[in-house]
Amino acid sequence: MTVAHALTKDQIKETIIGILQNIAPEADYDDLDPNAKLQETLDIDSFDFLNLLIGLDEAVGVSVPEADYGKLVSMNDLVNYIAARV
Amino acid sequence: MAEFKMPSLGADMDAGTLYEWFIKPGATVKRGDVIASVETDKGVIDVECFEEGVVVELAAAAGTRVPVGQTIAILQVAGEPVVAGSGAVTETPPPVPAVEPIPQAELPVAQPQAAVPMGGRLKVSPAAKKLAAELGVDLAQVIGTGSDGSIHLDDIRLAAATATKVARPAETPPVAGAEPRVTPVARRVAEDLGVDLHEAQGTGPHGVVNRIDVEHLAAEKSEAAAPLPAPEPVAEPTPKAAPQPPDFQTAMRRAIALAMARSNREIPHYYLETRIDMTKVLRWLESENVKRSVAERILPVVLLIKATAKGLIEVPDLNGYWRDDHFEASESIHIGFAISLRQGGLVTPAIHDADDKSLDELMVAMRDLITRTRGGRLRSSELMDATITLTSLGDTGVEKVYGVIYPPQVALVGFGKIMDQPWAENGMLGIRPILTATLAGDHRASDGRRGAQFLSALEKFLQEPETL
Repeated sequence: MTVAHALTKDQIKETIIGILQNIAPEADYDDLDPNAKLQETLDIDSFDFLNLLIGLDEAVGVSVPEADYGKLVSMNDLVNYIAARV
Repeated sequence: MAEFKMPSLGADMDAGTLYEWFIKPGATVKRGDVIASVETDKGVIDVECFEEGVVVELAAAAGTRVPVGQTIAILQVAGEPVVAGSGAVTETPPPVPAVEPIPQAELPVAQPQAAVPMGGRLKVSPAAKKLAAELGVDLAQVIGTGSDGSIHLDDIRLAAATATKVARPAETPPVAGAEPRVTPVARRVAEDLGVDLHEAQGTGPHGVVNRIDVEHLAAEKSEAAAPLPAPEPVAEPTPKAAPQPPDFQTAMRRAIALAMARSNREIPHYYLETRIDMTKVLRWLESENVKRSVAERILPVVLLIKATAKGLIEVPDLNGYWRDDHFEASESIHIGFAISLRQGGLVTPAIHDADDKSLDELMVAMRDLITRTRGGRLRSSELMDATITLTSLGDTGVEKVYGVIYPPQVALVGFGKIMDQPWAENGMLGIRPILTATLAGDHRASDGRRGAQFLSALEKFLQEPETL
């Protein structure tokens, strides 16, 4: 991956939304509250969530350990988590 | 000759729309071959052949809605004498009728009685069964001549006497000009956006056109039509053979309603529940997953599937079907796994032979099933042969599930969310991750004691995660 250092938080968010659009295509991402519980708001289950993490691993090369799942509740959590690791 | 009938892809299906043929007259088919796809309330399902032989005739055209049990194809079953003039022996097979819809009047009249619904039970008397065993005749390949399609002694004798090999013509290519494979949601969106599905590039599994493909196509079209502010979508006239897009949510709701109403009407349910300490199993899973890449991680529900399968080996009374006033135990353990759909509704396709699969294999099988259920398509056997249902609502935060059994199955295992709860052990009170497992059992087929034995076996296996 060569994207790492150039990624801004906006780009990370865009990447996350790009992955989520494949998982929950009908959701309205423009109006998504960045602090809302992602799984609840988008109605995604643990299988979908795992797919999101697989997608992130592929896209930005950040592999989220299982122990950190609990820290990733909202879109902001995800963006900040990834931003700190790319 | 064998009549291949519209299969019943679940207790709730009364008809299906023949979506696409993958065979044509003259083609050789064997068991397990996907010969057609059928559009049902549960989406497009690949229908597998349960016979071996040569296709003589396609009796229903793509695009036609066919009641369950009506003949859709005629097969020359392997071992049958070749019938003169049938498509099986002609050098050039007759043109495929599948491309043009056959007017309703030309279709064979619906059989009032389905003789042998595919995958359904054969109507055979014990004497006929015995004779078939003696003569080495496969009952699945015998054509019953009884009024209701039941198999008589003479049918068995005939089948045994005519067991000769049929010459097989070369494999024929799939039907040309077939409809694109489209998910139900994509179909609806395409209709809303006025997009011609024939132009869509399917990026889903097996090239299935999904919602995103349709939206991309619509976006491309509207860009191409710029600078007009609101381009009027010009819908291509739908080809005649295209099935009418049904309202899937309504249809699926109705299908679920039928099956569940039947369940509540016919099945005397009993319910049991037990709390299971998940400390060991979660710790074990964590240590396993830490060794794996994200893509190879196993979800906790996979352990529940395996423990359920192992529990059923110990208590087989819960694994099988209630039919004709008696319980038929199943030797195979095919776990119907409840998968919710984003647009609403629920499908419970089977994870085949769950007891024989490793955790990794189960994870792969589950991933495949969820992906195909939500985006691609399922195979008919997956919708027909689940021997029990497992539902996990843990993601929703609910503590326990009281299930409604899917007939003709006789049990449903439900799992809630794993929650930290007070737990007393050895005189000490602590906080443990607790899972509440429930069993809904059919009291005609089993009693509470058997059900309790199953839950206790389940609990035992979850305390020994390394053996799963």
